[in-house]
Amino acid sequence: MAKGILGRKVGMTQIYDERGNAVPVTVIEAGPCHVLQIRTPQRDGYEAVQLGFGDRPRHRAKRSERGHVAKLSSKRARAKSATESEVASKADCEPKRFVKELRGSVEGYEVGQEIKVDDLADIKAVDVVGTSKGRGYSGVMKRHNFSGQRASHGVKKVHRHAGGTGCSAWPSRLFKGRRMPGQYGNSRVTTKNLKVVRVDADNNLLLVYGAIPGPVGGYVIVRETNKV
Amino acid sequence: MGHHLLEKVEESSLKTEVPEFEIGDTVDVHTRILEGDKERVQIFNGVVIARSGSGTRNMFTVRRIVAGEGVERKFPVHSPKIAKIEVKRSGVVRRAKLYFLRDRVGKAIRLKERRRKATD
Repeated sequence: MAKGILGRKVGMTQIYDERGNAVPVTVIEAGPCHVLQIRTPQRDGYEAVQLGFGDRPRHRAKRSERGHVAKLSSKRARAKSATESEVASKADCEPKRFVKELRGSVEGYEVGQEIKVDDLADIKAVDVVGTSKGRGYSGVMKRHNFSGQRASHGVKKVHRHAGGTGCSAWPSRLFKGRRMPGQYGNSRVTTKNLKVVRVDADNNLLLVYGAIPGPVGGYVIVRETNKV
Repeated sequence: MGHHLLEKVEESSLKTEVPEFEIGDTVDVHTRILEGDKERVQIFNGVVIARSGSGTRNMFTVRRIVAGEGVERKFPVHSPKIAKIEVKRSGVVRRAKLYFLRDRVGKAIRLKERRRKATD
């Protein structure tokens, strides 16, 4: 697994560096995460480590979620253990709210292991993956930064419209990729190569330079960047 | 949710001794300036006309008249580059933002001096 962790966006603020300059930072509550599952090429066809972040109260969690992290004593489980076939090991922790897999070598990871933010302490820069703020079905001015049309000079009721979208007799159709209104936001967005400003292991906080996708409270995946 | 975490982060960047001054005070703001390797202190004198923000983003605006032209500078209260804020005199004001001073010229910009209480 590339070095990474799951977390939650806390918000933005600014701090001062040692030279007295104000640094804009996003605070991420990162980890602690549990390793819930290890994906191996033999069994799953690929290598990945499955992490879980944030506890979900047991009475709110589905049975499948509880069974994913700990052994449930069910008839089927008992029957299975009676046949002495190999049973996948469980992390033995609380059910998790946010579960994601990070691809890469699984060496050195085992189910139930706890991953904390200080694992990222020696990393210079990270990629942050989140779900952007949903803006619904938006027009071209908001979605694609079109200029719209004039406020006066004969423009009627189409001030925020796109204008012409294509040509004429040739080609008698639109070219693919024409930018138009549609769903904007609420999609997976990766912000790459964000500098790690500070790692606060006591409070499980990670400070990265600049903005990250999503609303405050949104779940994010933080992983070591392949840039630099 | 999480607001207390932001405060925890900001704690490290806040000054332990927050400079004390009020709206309407005439202050000297001592700013550290790096020139090459040398550090120098520059002083900006004027009236505090506004204060905004909270935590590390707490800013204050100082207004003065330079060569007949109004000049305003906005400083972060907690910036390490602000070496010192010296209160020269205090004015009597009844509002938090003194933007009305922008429309005034000449003698009208003066504020009535507030006498400090004997207990101070």
